[in-house]
Amino acid sequence: MRAWSDETMERARSLVASYPEARSAVMPLLYLAMREEGGSLSDDGMRVVADLIGLTPVQVKAVASFYTMYKRHVGRHLVSVCTSISCHLLGADEVLTAAAAEVGVPVGGTAADGSVTVEGVECIGACGGAVAVQVDYEFVEGVTPDAARSLCRWLIDESPETVHSDAMQERFGGRTAFDWGSEDPTEAVGPMPAFGPYGTAGGA
Amino acid sequence: MSDLILTTLMTEHPTDSHTLSRYEAAGGYAALRAALGMKPEEIVEQVKASNLRGRGGAGFPTGVKWGFLAGGGERYLVVNADESEPGTFKDRQLLERDPHQVLEGILISAFALGVHRVFVYVRGEYSRPARRMQAAIDEARGAGLVGDDVVGSGYGIEVSVHLGAGAYICGEETALLNSLEGRRGEPRIKPPFPAVEGLYALPTIVNNVETLANIPWIVTNGGATYDSIGPEGSRGTRLFSLSGHVERPGNYEIVMGMSWRELIYDVGGGIRDGRDLKAWIPGGASAPWFVPEPHLDTPVTNDDVGRLGSMLGSGAVVVMDETTNVVAAALSIVKFFAHESCGQCTPCREGTTWMEQILERILHGGGRPTDLDLLLDISDNISPGLRWPPVMTTICPLGPSAVSPITSIMRHFRGEVEEMVMAGAAHV
Repeated sequence: MRAWSDETMERARSLVASYPEARSAVMPLLYLAMREEGGSLSDDGMRVVADLIGLTPVQVKAVASFYTMYKRHVGRHLVSVCTSISCHLLGADEVLTAAAAEVGVPVGGTAADGSVTVEGVECIGACGGAVAVQVDYEFVEGVTPDAARSLCRWLIDESPETVHSDAMQERFGGRTAFDWGSEDPTEAVGPMPAFGPYGTAGGA
Repeated sequence: MSDLILTTLMTEHPTDSHTLSRYEAAGGYAALRAALGMKPEEIVEQVKASNLRGRGGAGFPTGVKWGFLAGGGERYLVVNADESEPGTFKDRQLLERDPHQVLEGILISAFALGVHRVFVYVRGEYSRPARRMQAAIDEARGAGLVGDDVVGSGYGIEVSVHLGAGAYICGEETALLNSLEGRRGEPRIKPPFPAVEGLYALPTIVNNVETLANIPWIVTNGGATYDSIGPEGSRGTRLFSLSGHVERPGNYEIVMGMSWRELIYDVGGGIRDGRDLKAWIPGGASAPWFVPEPHLDTPVTNDDVGRLGSMLGSGAVVVMDETTNVVAAALSIVKFFAHESCGQCTPCREGTTWMEQILERILHGGGRPTDLDLLLDISDNISPGLRWPPVMTTICPLGPSAVSPITSIMRHFRGEVEEMVMAGAAHV
């Protein structure tokens, strides 16, 4: 079992201590486990989480398998195309097909070089900006099939270290669900939500 | 006084409405300071008097819910920011654009409820809203608005953001609590209700983001003033998320009581490319659909929509124009519920998947003449009588929600579905 860095272990312990009951830290710790493994959740990662919280690995796996965002196999970047009703009505199927074709994978698949995973997802809360897409959980809204192809091509060719929502929207997006207002400087690193307090990629 | 309660600041100051300095410059946190000088029960009374109803979907009166909170000892406030109902994107805008308004509502509510620990459960896909909420909490802590001694009042409060990980069902309050406890997000059998036995089996109030964002205004202006806005049973303003084939999609804060025609045509700019309206969903993917005849000139209120067999739910209005293939649209919704079913209850787990497969084969030319009755039979097994509000055979309303698109297309577009079955091919 590969050990986590001291810094991550410290963060994990403080997360466990921050909840009234240790078990509540399972979800944030699973995100930490993914970061330690480069974006995918492994059996080893779940064992570390189990040890830190005082659960069995099976208990942790039972939780992890319930949620779609704890992925076992994922590329360096994750392209999620919304297919729920509002996006469906405005052509989500075409956008998803275009993205998968550009990457050369079936929906849900990962490029052979590990660069990009393309998935269809349920509603991501950008219905007024259909068709909505997320790259590493950062929004790009009002995406056409052509724009989806360009977006995937960019991810494959440039293999950017980080992705930034406002910049992607400027380059590949169209109509947004609402006025986004000021820019958000955070850049997402890899296929996880960039939300600092849990020690996931990016953020504080 | 502006007609708007929730969206004034973000409309007037798009570049910095999310910051503490802008929020305070506009009078923010004055309501919290005032509230800290009130007796907690006075605040609860104001909220009861306002007749504010929950904005998450069920529409339960907030003050009444608060009144159920069991007395004595430790208790929690949990903020439901797991917005995932297809068509809904209003809480995301509140969290991104005016998180301090949400936070002030949280702090006032926590004080009123005798709570010292709050969890804000934000869906995992909402990275930016979660960051904005966390930044607001950090700023507020720096200014002494969150912490051991809120602005010298002696009242202590901690607020933490907890990120979900992709499960619609966690928007159901007891599933959310299980998730927050580090378990699978499976709804609990009620009773006991969370107000009696919630997080860690302690009394807990779970409120939606938009619901709480109304609280500072109610404290400042009084519950009676809030209760004077809009028709009875639908007081205050409300955020509606317009999407689909509408000319101007977006979130709109409106006073309820206008007609659907006004909401779709005047507020939403009508149907794209001048096409005809075919149907719309009045309150999120769970709600039974409305059609122009007889619904277009009926009022947008909780009571009217309820009387006509649907609900305002989460305030998501999904508009479908004349080109819409209703079987494909229903399939998209049923597929959603099949994917999001937690699997605990057989009617939902098996029924949603079965309905998805039948719609799929009808759409792709493999429909059988018996499929229409079969779809209704399965629906009736999930929710006997096919009524709304639904009769339940399941722990939570997810299963019955999947029945809504089926009964909607059967009721309003049965001819189209039959034609598709008979043609043996999809006419897309």
